[in-house]
Amino acid sequence: MALNPEVIALIIVTIIGAATPLLLAALGELIAEKSGVLNLGLEGMMIMGAVIAFMTVHNTGSATLGIVAGILAGMGMALIFAFLTLSLQSNQVATGLALTIFGLGLSALLGREYVGIAYSGLPKLDLPVLSELPFFGKVLFSHDILIYFSLFMVFATFYFLNRTRSGLILRAVGESHDAAHSIGYPVIAIRYMAVLYGGAMSGLAGAYLSLSYSPMWADNMTAGRGWIALALVVFAMWMPSRVLLGAYMFGGITILQLHGQGMGIAIPSEFFSMLPYLATIIVLVIISRQSSASLAPASLGKPFHPTH
Amino acid sequence: MISLKLEARSQPSDKMRYLSPLIAVVLTLLSGIVLFSLMGTSPWEGLYVFFIEPVSSLYGLGELAVKATPLILIALGLSIGFRANIWNIGAEGQLILGAIFGGSLALWIYPDGNIWLIPSMIVFGALGGMLWAAIPAFLKTRFNTNEILTSLMLTYVAILLLNYMVNGPLRDPSGYNFPESRMFQDAALLPILLEGTRLNLGSLVTLMILIGLWVMLSKTLIGFQIRVVGQAPDAAKYAGFNHKKIIWFSLMLSGGLAGIAGMMEVSGPIGQILPSISPGYGFTAIIVAFLGRLHPVGILFAGLIMAISYLGGESAQISLGLPMALTGVFQGLLLFFLLAADVLIRYRIVLAFKSKAAQV
Repeated sequence: MALNPEVIALIIVTIIGAATPLLLAALGELIAEKSGVLNLGLEGMMIMGAVIAFMTVHNTGSATLGIVAGILAGMGMALIFAFLTLSLQSNQVATGLALTIFGLGLSALLGREYVGIAYSGLPKLDLPVLSELPFFGKVLFSHDILIYFSLFMVFATFYFLNRTRSGLILRAVGESHDAAHSIGYPVIAIRYMAVLYGGAMSGLAGAYLSLSYSPMWADNMTAGRGWIALALVVFAMWMPSRVLLGAYMFGGITILQLHGQGMGIAIPSEFFSMLPYLATIIVLVIISRQSSASLAPASLGKPFHPTH
Repeated sequence: MISLKLEARSQPSDKMRYLSPLIAVVLTLLSGIVLFSLMGTSPWEGLYVFFIEPVSSLYGLGELAVKATPLILIALGLSIGFRANIWNIGAEGQLILGAIFGGSLALWIYPDGNIWLIPSMIVFGALGGMLWAAIPAFLKTRFNTNEILTSLMLTYVAILLLNYMVNGPLRDPSGYNFPESRMFQDAALLPILLEGTRLNLGSLVTLMILIGLWVMLSKTLIGFQIRVVGQAPDAAKYAGFNHKKIIWFSLMLSGGLAGIAGMMEVSGPIGQILPSISPGYGFTAIIVAFLGRLHPVGILFAGLIMAISYLGGESAQISLGLPMALTGVFQGLLLFFLLAADVLIRYRIVLAFKSKAAQV
C-alpha cells in the first residue's frame, strides 16, 4: 500500500473517527471530575447511549432523534450514579463499577433484536465548495456533525472552565467542597449537574459509535473506550486542550491496528489490537511520574455531606 | 413540605451492615418481578425458572458449586485489597493468565501426567495470575500509577493474548483449525467429587483456601495491618505500616487466587483451553466481595447467591427463551441496591417536616 495523498487522507479521516468518541466522553468526564466527582461508569453510560441511539434511529428513521435519545440514555445512567453517590453517599469507585456492569447487561438485553442490522450512518456535512478541495476537502470539510461538535466542545469546555463565573464556581466545588459550601454554593446540586453533563457526553459518544463510527449494534461494542477516555482525563491533567491531543494520539494508535496488517507487517493481529490498551498503561505511567496528583481537583472522589 | 434527610449515626451500625445485603437481595427479587412482567413473562414463572428451578436437583446443586467456586476464590483475594483500599479490578485478566499458564503445562507434557500434575498446574495457574497482577503492583508502588486503570487495561490485553494463543501456539494440532486447544489428558482434569454432578476437587480446594485466609486475617500481623489500613489509614501511617508491602501483598494474593480460579476452570468444567473461558467471573467477583461484606464467610454465601444468577440466566434462556444478558442486569441491580442500602450503616434516614417559612 503506497502512501499517496489519497491514502494519507483516508488515514487521517479514520484517526478523526476513532478519536471522536474518546474526545466526547473524556470532555464530559473532565467536567464531572472538575466538580470533584470520579465517575468510573463511563463505559456503562457510553454503551447505553450506543444501544438506545441505534434502536431509536432504527425505529424512527431520524438521526436527530437517535442522537438525542443517546444523550438522554447517558444522562439516565448518570442520574443513578449521582443519586447513589451524592444523595446516598455511596462509594464512588464501587458505584462506577456497578454502572458499567449494569449498562453492559442492560444494553445487551435491550439490543438483542438489533444485532446484525446495518445502518447507513450519519449524513456527512459536505461543506459546499470546500469539501471538493483536493485532499483538504476530505480531511477537513467532509465529516458528520458530531465530529465538528466534538472539536467545538474542546473550546467551549476551556472557555467555560476558565472564562466564566459558573466555571469558576464548579472548580471551587471540586477543589474544596467545604469552603464552597460555607460561602453558600449548593455543592450537591452543582455536582448533580456536572455528573449529568458527563453522562450526556458519554451517551453522545456512544451514539457516535453506533450511528457513525461503526453504524450497527453489537454487544459490548464500546470495547473499553469508556475506560480509555477515563485515562485520557488523567493524561490531560484536567486540561481540555490536552484531552484533544490525547484523543487524537489514541486515534492514531487505533489506526496502526487497522492499517498495520495491510502494510504487510507480519505480526498477529491480536498484538496490534493490544496497542491502545498498552499505550494507555504507558501514558498513565508517564503522567504519574510527573506527580499529577497535585493537578487533580483536591476533592476528587471524596464524598460530601453537609453537616448544617 | 416533607423531605428525606440523612442524619449521621454516632457509630456505624453493625446490624445494618449485615441486614443491608438481605435488603438488596429482596429489592433485586422485586425488580425481577417488574422486569419479567415487562418482558411479557409471568413474573412468578420467571422467578421460579430463574432462582429455584436451577437448584432443585442434585445436578443443579453441583452446578451451583461449580459456578460459585471461581466467584468465591476471586472475591476472597479481592476483598483483602478492597479492605486496604487497593482496587484490583483486573481479576478477569489474571484469571485468563492463570488458565493459559496452568493449561499450557498440561498441554506441554501431553499425553503424560501423574498425580503431581494437578498440584503443579495449580502452582502454574497462581504464577500466571500473579505475573499479571505484578504489573499494576509494580507500577503502583514504583510510579504511583492508578491500579484501577492499569489492571483493567491488562484484562483487555489478556483477552487478546488468549485469542492469539488458541489461534497459534496452543491450537489443537489434530483439530480442524478451530481456535481451541486439544482436550486435556485425564491426569490434568480435576477429579469429580460426587457421581452424577460436575462438582470437582476445585470446590474443596477453594473451601480450604477460604478457611486458611480467615485464619490469616484474624491471627496474623499482615492480616491485622490490612484491617487497620482499611479502617483507619491515618493510624496505619502513624504506626509506620509499610504501605508498599500491603499493595504487593494484596495484589499478589488476589492475582494468584484469580489465576488458580482460571486454571481450575480449564482443568475442571471446560477440560481444554477455549477462546472464552469465563463469563465475567472476574467482574462479578467484585460484587461478591461487597455483598459478602469483605469477610470470608460472607463471601461464601454471596458467591452462592451470585452463582444462581448465572444458572438462572441459562435456565431462563432454555425454558423461557429469555436472553442471557438478564444475568448482567440482575447483577448490576443487586450491586446498586446494596450500595444504596449500605447508606443505612452510617446514616439514618429521617423524615423532616418543614414549613416554607422555617426553611429560610
